[in-house]
Amino acid sequence: MSVDKETVKKIANLSRIAVTEAEADALVPELNNILGWVEQLSEVDCSKVEPMTAVIPNKLRLRDDVVTDGNIRDKVIANAPAAEHGFFGVPKVIE
Amino acid sequence: MSMTESTYRIQGGTGEWEVVIGLEVHAQITTNAKLFSGASTEFGAEPNTQVSLVDAAMPGMLPVLNKECVRQAVRTGLAIDAQINKYSRFDRKNYFYADLPQGYQISQLYHPIVGEGKIEISLDEKDPDAHGKTIGVERIHIEQDAGKLMHDQHPTMSYVDLNRCGVALMEIVSMPDMASPKEAAAYVRKLRSILRYVGSCDGNMEQGSMRADVNVSVRKPGDELGTRTETKNVNSLRYIQQVIEYEAQRQVDVIESGDEIVQETRLFDPDKNETRSMRSKEDAHDYRYFPDPDLLPLELEDDFIFDCKASLPELPDEKRARYKNVLGLSAYNAAVLTAEHETAIWFEELLETTDEPEKIASSAANWLTSELFGALNKMGLSIEKSPVSPQQAAELLGLIADGTISGKIAKQVFEIMLETGDGAAKIVEEKGLKQESDTGAIEKVIADVMAANKDKVAQYRGGKDKLFGFFVGQTMKAMQGKANPQVVNELLKKTLGPAG
Repeated sequence: MSVDKETVKKIANLSRIAVTEAEADALVPELNNILGWVEQLSEVDCSKVEPMTAVIPNKLRLRDDVVTDGNIRDKVIANAPAAEHGFFGVPKVIE
Repeated sequence: MSMTESTYRIQGGTGEWEVVIGLEVHAQITTNAKLFSGASTEFGAEPNTQVSLVDAAMPGMLPVLNKECVRQAVRTGLAIDAQINKYSRFDRKNYFYADLPQGYQISQLYHPIVGEGKIEISLDEKDPDAHGKTIGVERIHIEQDAGKLMHDQHPTMSYVDLNRCGVALMEIVSMPDMASPKEAAAYVRKLRSILRYVGSCDGNMEQGSMRADVNVSVRKPGDELGTRTETKNVNSLRYIQQVIEYEAQRQVDVIESGDEIVQETRLFDPDKNETRSMRSKEDAHDYRYFPDPDLLPLELEDDFIFDCKASLPELPDEKRARYKNVLGLSAYNAAVLTAEHETAIWFEELLETTDEPEKIASSAANWLTSELFGALNKMGLSIEKSPVSPQQAAELLGLIADGTISGKIAKQVFEIMLETGDGAAKIVEEKGLKQESDTGAIEKVIADVMAANKDKVAQYRGGKDKLFGFFVGQTMKAMQGKANPQVVNELLKKTLGPAG
């Protein structure tokens, strides 16, 4: 598996990361190196091994259905550059 | 089972077209707290007051799964005869939008909690069994809802309220088994009824606790499936039907003019009654799903599933069958009384006032669907808010059954009950509405009526048998409607003798 420049630019756009032409050119071989290295792992036959989802042998913890949080609006919007009337303000996005 | 509506067709220039419909219903799970945080889910709070730092996606915050969301999804799955997956997992669905601070929605793509199930729908309320169809459900998975954007509060900005962000949803994905707008509406109606019986979702479409993504494609009868479009977030039964009608016609027009249908996401505009392409979301389909590393797989124990099953109430289909077969109700009454859980609960409370419910079931059902529904409709009240309790209704029906009052007087008594909240027996006593069944008193009135209408008596005896109703009317009028109509009839027949 390998990526070309178009794919790199698309992924960058989907991730909202600004990438210049020069950076994209540099990223192509860099990413392909990583992909090539990961591909080596495919040489190991693990068709009979359960996929490992976590390194800690643990069970998913569940929470009771109780309200224990909230009412911290000031903290929630503290970093918002354009909060108004308790809302976050963002550039107008409309369909 | 046959279904006349499956013959729904679009008439195009090149002939008839079939419509194929699949629905993805998003149902908000009824819980106190959100899916992965301890913030409240209550509707209508001040903006951003029901937001935890987890919901706001502050760095380092970790999700912890709400057990009740799991329980309700499993109960819902069991209620539609679905496979429960003892192993399920959460995945990240990545996209950027201002209503989703995480930059991804936690959902279940690869291993949903509920697998294939089915829902029986009906197109004929009066005789549901005669016009039924089975609609397959492909899966149900659990996921997070997004926040809310408001576009009309500021000239250049959109406002973001994250109160809904992180609230638990079930996405219930149907098979493409529906073939007309009416079938789609019947499916949503039935699904809503089941969710409300189960208690896993309040089914409130106006508040957005239930909304549908509508998948529509068209094909010539017998052909392969056509390319589908998906119209997002449709929030009423009427709109769902309008979307299908509009989309089907649009697609036929596009294909017949020589173009192709593009698989895309569309938006419904109820004001213009049309769907529009959401071009800005083209990229959004590249969601780059991957397993959420913050959450371990969800593994369910047999005991947990067993307890979920045991906690289910009698569901609408079973209940409807029992009302018909055990209580002897008409197919129509059985369907109407079981469609909403609250109605069935009310009806059953009424039946609980007697040891022999089969005896009063039919008359109670008739009274409920005509008198009570009529009154509630007029007052704009739901049955839970009925000013007359099931026990009070039983008292009223008892007075009719034992002949104390006539059905006609019962209507009057019911009116007064609604106004005053008084019991039926008390009203009948105080207003002197008790029905007169004493033959002596009625005979006396009949004699008076006949004496005052000698000409009509002669006509009747001369063969004008239609006058019988006149004598009944006069007698009832003279007794202010309180005479037992059966006794009046019998006595009149005896006194007047045969007509002609």
